[in-house]
Amino acid sequence: MSDELNFFFLLLSNGLLIGLMYALIALGFVLVYKATDAVNFAQGEFVMIAGLVVAASLSVWGVPLWLSVILGFVSMIGFGFALERVMLRKLIGRPVIAVVMATIGLASILRGIGPATLGAGTKSLPLPIPDEPIVLGPLFIPPIQLVGGALSLLFLAGFGWFFLKSRKGIAMRAVADNQQVAMAMGINVERYFGLAWAMTGLVSALGGVIWGNLLGVDVNLSLVGFKVFPVVILGGLDSIPGAIIGGLIVGVVENVAAGYVDPFVGGGTKDFAPYVLMILALMIRPYGIFGKKIIERV
Amino acid sequence: MIQRECGVLKTTYEADMALYPLPIARWTMLFLGVIFFGIIPMGLHEYYLSIANLVWIAAVGALGLNILVGYTGQVSIGHGAFMSVGAYTAANLANRLDSPWPVNLIAGGLMAALIGAIVGIPSVRIKGLYLAIATLAGQLIIEWTINHVTFISGGVQASIEVARPRLGPWVLSSQRAMYYFLLVFVVLAIVGTMNLVRSRVGRAFIAIRDQDIAAEIIGINIFRYKLLAFAISSFYAGVTGVLYTYYLGIANYEQFQIGVSIDYLAMIIIGGLGSVLGSIFGAFFVTLLPIVIRYTMEAFGGIFFDPQTVLNLIPNLRLMLFGALIIFFLIVEPDGLNRLWRNIRNYFRIWPFAY
Repeated sequence: MSDELNFFFLLLSNGLLIGLMYALIALGFVLVYKATDAVNFAQGEFVMIAGLVVAASLSVWGVPLWLSVILGFVSMIGFGFALERVMLRKLIGRPVIAVVMATIGLASILRGIGPATLGAGTKSLPLPIPDEPIVLGPLFIPPIQLVGGALSLLFLAGFGWFFLKSRKGIAMRAVADNQQVAMAMGINVERYFGLAWAMTGLVSALGGVIWGNLLGVDVNLSLVGFKVFPVVILGGLDSIPGAIIGGLIVGVVENVAAGYVDPFVGGGTKDFAPYVLMILALMIRPYGIFGKKIIERV
Repeated sequence: MIQRECGVLKTTYEADMALYPLPIARWTMLFLGVIFFGIIPMGLHEYYLSIANLVWIAAVGALGLNILVGYTGQVSIGHGAFMSVGAYTAANLANRLDSPWPVNLIAGGLMAALIGAIVGIPSVRIKGLYLAIATLAGQLIIEWTINHVTFISGGVQASIEVARPRLGPWVLSSQRAMYYFLLVFVVLAIVGTMNLVRSRVGRAFIAIRDQDIAAEIIGINIFRYKLLAFAISSFYAGVTGVLYTYYLGIANYEQFQIGVSIDYLAMIIIGGLGSVLGSIFGAFFVTLLPIVIRYTMEAFGGIFFDPQTVLNLIPNLRLMLFGALIIFFLIVEPDGLNRLWRNIRNYFRIWPFAY
């Protein structure tokens, strides 16, 4: 194969793997939107704070890795429940901008509280995964991305099954579809809202561990949250398969764009290209590839 | 003698539409005028005036954003970028063509209005959350463009110096001169906004906010008015950017990043959506908050922590309090400081003879 083609395949494979890891973070956003119609502008901060908890317990308090990860998962689930109880429940039935601004406020709090209590320096989050990339012909694949991609697929499949088959998942879809009817059918709507936020906490904790290992843990880890919006808009805000497809598209587009355009403009295409793509998607198909189309009546 | 009304006793349309329904309103205006044009700039030290100037700049931007979010109901997370459009337009004009500041100010505003209207085009098809994300994309794309196109940003550091504004023979270099300069624009912005929302255009905006499909049915051209709202609001934002550039003496994209967009949204939410007075309250509150936190921590933080911790804590504390206040106002008082003020005023309106 020619070098040109090799380069392209390298970008493509890296894009696909990164895309799966974007899908993992987007999953947290989709879960909440699917069940509660609330949007979470603090998704990146969730990931950051989860990574920070794990990294801090690992390096500052000297807790073994498996226990730190469990601690991270448990604290994020608890945080999800508490958040719904204290903040989101009070905002039910309010305009979209109220929830958007409340989660932006939450993001601000998390950005302040993390460094203030757990330390501002960049922490490493070492996982027992080798560093040397796996060489597959022309491709270099870092093992952490492979593990991250596999875990994302596992989680996405797990939640897909949960919503399609399990009793709780079906109840949650009912809540998402129509809250009043769900209440009339004897579903405890508020409990399912809490559950949805706890599930987001769980997914964010996993994202925090994997992305924290990849990028190192500090406040800037929350910037991965900016990648969530193109992913979910492309895939559809309430669709789990959409999160995968959207994640893959965004991962590939940003890697290929960065590979070919960056040399000419001096960097930054990675953060820019997904949003251009998203604007186009909003113009053509605002509800996304798999999203439900909302029909509005007066 | 201060008299307040006791019931609605108007018998003519003129009385109903009067700008000052009671003598006390006229006295209040005079009183505020004396305070803000006389006592504050004469009595305060230059340093405090520099803070007041920041408040005035924020007030213009908050009024503009409130026209869009509070009156028309369209969310924008891109106002920081619109300000940078105005700032860089003015800075480039000032340096390349050596044009006077009024030209730069209007050109900056108009350029921002144009870009704002373009970013607002998706609002015709989408709304709410989708629009919020689309304007967020606008913010990031404009930021990237300014940062990477050297023709706009002036090369390294992406910052352009501008000369102080001149008024005839005077160069407005002191904070006191800037105070009057900025205050004139605040008054213009307040009068402009109040008149806008009383007009045909303003009523169309409010109809779109309340229910845009219904507004379309009664014959409001949604496309035109939504873009007009974006354009007017961005014009204010562009003017804010130009004013800020003249205040700092430099145009720099770092002053207009996404955090600024969120600060302005916080101002109108804390102050009160859809209210002119609320925008001013919000501008005061959000601009003064970090300054108050810094002073409080410097004065009392040493009691609890060692000095190094205090220095690290100040920016984080600002983020935490800022976020907590947004959430607090959203949950407890969605109408913001403006509603609190009205409650107080209504209580004293009939005090001490409340029945």
